[in-house]
Amino acid sequence: MPTVSMTVNGKEVSAEVETRTLLVQFLRDHIGLTGTHVGCDTSQCGACVVHVDGKALKSCTRLAVQCEGASVTTIEGLAANGALHPMQQAFHENHGLQCGFCTPGMIMSAVDMVERLGNKLDEKTIRQELEGNICRCTGYHNIVKSIAAGAEAMK
Amino acid sequence: MTEKGIGAAVLRREDRRFVTGKGQYVDDLNRAGQAHACFVRSAQAHAEIRKVDVSRAKSAPGVITVLTGEDVAADKLGSLPCGWGITNKDGTAMAEPGWPVLAQGRVRYVGEAIAMVIATTRQGARDAAELVEVDTSPLPVVVQATDAGKKGAPQLHEAAANNQCFDWEIGDRAATDAAIKASAKVVSLDIVNQRLVPNAMEPRAALAEFDTNSGLLTLHCACQAPHAMRLLLGAFVLNQAEHKFRVVAPDVGGGFGSKIPPYAEYAALCWAARRLGQPVKWTSSRSEAFLTDAHGRDHVTRAELGLDKDGRFTALRVSTVANLGAYLSAFGPLIPTYLYATLFAGQYTTPAIHAEVRAMFTNTTPVDAYRGAGRPEATYMLERLVETAARELGMDPAELRRRNFVAADAFPYQTPVALLYDSGDYAGALDKALELADVKGFAKRRAEAAKRGMARGIGYSTPIEATGAAPSAIAGQLGARAGLYESAEVRFNPTGSVTVFSGSHSHGQGHATTFAQIVASTLGVPYENVEVVEGDTARTQFGMGTYGSRSTSVGGSAIVKACDKIIAKGKKIAAHLLEASEGDIEFENGNFTVSGTDRTKNIAEIAFAAYVPHNYPLETLEPGLNEQAFFDPANFNFPYGAYICEVEVDPETGFTRIERFTAIDDVGNVINPLIVHGQVQGGVAQGIGQAMFEQGVYDESGQLLTGSLMDYCLPRADDVPSIDSGLTVTPCPFNPLGVKGCGEMGTIGSTPAVINAILDALKDYGVSDIQMPATPLRVWQAIRNGSAPQAAE
Repeated sequence: MPTVSMTVNGKEVSAEVETRTLLVQFLRDHIGLTGTHVGCDTSQCGACVVHVDGKALKSCTRLAVQCEGASVTTIEGLAANGALHPMQQAFHENHGLQCGFCTPGMIMSAVDMVERLGNKLDEKTIRQELEGNICRCTGYHNIVKSIAAGAEAMK
Repeated sequence: MTEKGIGAAVLRREDRRFVTGKGQYVDDLNRAGQAHACFVRSAQAHAEIRKVDVSRAKSAPGVITVLTGEDVAADKLGSLPCGWGITNKDGTAMAEPGWPVLAQGRVRYVGEAIAMVIATTRQGARDAAELVEVDTSPLPVVVQATDAGKKGAPQLHEAAANNQCFDWEIGDRAATDAAIKASAKVVSLDIVNQRLVPNAMEPRAALAEFDTNSGLLTLHCACQAPHAMRLLLGAFVLNQAEHKFRVVAPDVGGGFGSKIPPYAEYAALCWAARRLGQPVKWTSSRSEAFLTDAHGRDHVTRAELGLDKDGRFTALRVSTVANLGAYLSAFGPLIPTYLYATLFAGQYTTPAIHAEVRAMFTNTTPVDAYRGAGRPEATYMLERLVETAARELGMDPAELRRRNFVAADAFPYQTPVALLYDSGDYAGALDKALELADVKGFAKRRAEAAKRGMARGIGYSTPIEATGAAPSAIAGQLGARAGLYESAEVRFNPTGSVTVFSGSHSHGQGHATTFAQIVASTLGVPYENVEVVEGDTARTQFGMGTYGSRSTSVGGSAIVKACDKIIAKGKKIAAHLLEASEGDIEFENGNFTVSGTDRTKNIAEIAFAAYVPHNYPLETLEPGLNEQAFFDPANFNFPYGAYICEVEVDPETGFTRIERFTAIDDVGNVINPLIVHGQVQGGVAQGIGQAMFEQGVYDESGQLLTGSLMDYCLPRADDVPSIDSGLTVTPCPFNPLGVKGCGEMGTIGSTPAVINAILDALKDYGVSDIQMPATPLRVWQAIRNGSAPQAAE
């Protein structure tokens, strides 16, 4: 089995994995970061979105060995020094989550959305950009509000 | 203190762990030495099993054991139990065929578990499962409930003649038939309430452990009702006594009913862990979830509504065939009967109602509760009929409803179908919705849309539902095999903080926040000093769990009841400390005061005295301040609302967009408006999902064609609108909080409003009916097939 090494949330990690191991399995099962979730097996739900080298990625679509040397940020790496990231804070303040299962992927997608499109995001843009993230609890109403508020707060 | 009490929009305390990735769902848990299970599932909908050859799988790397139906039989595991019995029209009991943990001799739906492979790794178990060889002989298949009773239909169970589970009725048939006959107008509809797949975002998961020294079996599983899970699995399937069986539901990622039943996989994991003396873990894939999570709905209905010449409803006659799937799921029989036909009065004074329901077994995934569970099916039928009547009579649908509403001064109101409505002002909610939705401006918006070539329509729905199950005595008479109270324990700690244990269990509803608000207000302690514990049979005394929008009205009321006992005991302690008589002690805002004086003790001081009883009436009172309560409601409660949907249909493509959605709900008193609105918004999206997007489709051979999120359309963010939601408040008189359920109204109320709006948009195209989901293809076809000249080209 090959050894794969990468930087996750600023820390060097490495593990011996089967080549078929997905990045999401590597994160959850090998280095114990269970904040990244698996909600489907067809890359639809977006619960597993992380950032790889600064870009949002569904971590079920990439093999761990493809991420050799990469820099990965997961939901656990977003808050700095105990303070919530503005997007995390916005989800809290706008009741943008209920069961919380889709939330890590939603927040990672939202941060990426702001980084690509800026701090002024209208409702239509946010809804279209969320095409790859499914929530079954909130009806998206408060997720949209959260992302708009979080985008402003990220200025 | 009160700024975080009842009525305040307190931000949820559980959020922080979820937004930082620190939630603990079952799949996040791991134990040293754990094994992993993978289930070998039937690829056929109906077949005799000739042989299950596990020899190759058993010798695969890392495989610990492979178990089959023969092992289940040898170990004498019980059948998966059904929690509700229904009595047929003729007084006999429903047919109740068994459901083995692993298939024995025959499989009856695609996805049914045949064998369980247990290996040292998840992937190893999956690989070995591929090596299990199942030799079968296919049998003919029946998928539709309406086909299952036909002559010559394939038979699923020896114990269910003609595939019928029950043939049930409610209401006065003769009076209804006569009233229909005498009606000035009768409106009828044939309705398919399509099969849905719940799709909570967290797939089901379980981790079972067995302590060979103590004999304690522990099951961590994604479920909505841990004590009920323990009761049903322990007593009926595993023969595991409750004092040696602990069920823990940690963070649960949505449920919507699908995480109530005691599933085969959970029983199998417990059994395997007990046999092996080793932890065993299993997490469903989404593909497995589509095949094995209990499905919802799947009714075929003929409904007729009679009206007199003034538009007053005279009678409602309904005949439904319900698809239960291949086996009886835990509450499968309850959904299309007492959770369905008892709602047929709706918000109206219809004097005569009769319903009959035939429930059938088919070669499909078993059907059970999905958000609303019977009440959406009832409301969809009724609200479609009402709007169809308005259209045929040329009446304003709001006015037709108003003419038939139960009046605000008529409560409590006894319906012809068993229920006693608690309180309401139905016209008040409708008025508020009409205003918020700017219905006055609709004609202008419609004309403006027409200029753009778009067909704009408006649709209404005035739903009611019964929540807060249930008065146990009534439920028992109707077939419930369990009580339906809720329990709570309120424990003061010596230095004044409070730990609350509830038998409810949050799977997204925010109980940790809401229940703490209730305790803060009731006991006058700071919100921050209250901790809420749920989801563990070893910590909470007992519980019936969370479903049917019952947690606040039943579980919250149990907490209030326990708080009342705390206050009663506190008064005795305060009387002693303040050297007054107990009758002179008043309690308010956390202070015990001698009436008419400024002599007072704070509840934290009372708690301290109770735990450090140096100056305490020990001869008459036990130390400690810890009270338990069970609350069994005297009645259901009846939240209601008024929903208005506005759509635009592109007649060229059939593409439909919801432009406005207004939801006015009355859920009685509100504990946390933030959470109530959130529940409504999420519920509305699920109801829109049924109206426009979702459908579980089987082909004739019983294969689920919509078996993944690529095939089954869950609403995405740009499929649904922002919701304009509002509240009216008529408190429920049957619980101390005055609350009604809020978890399902959105789903129940929205579906008919959407379809009514689409049909309003299409009325000029000669379209009077459409089946769900109203996809662009269906809408386009309806326009093409409509009677309007412009559609006939």
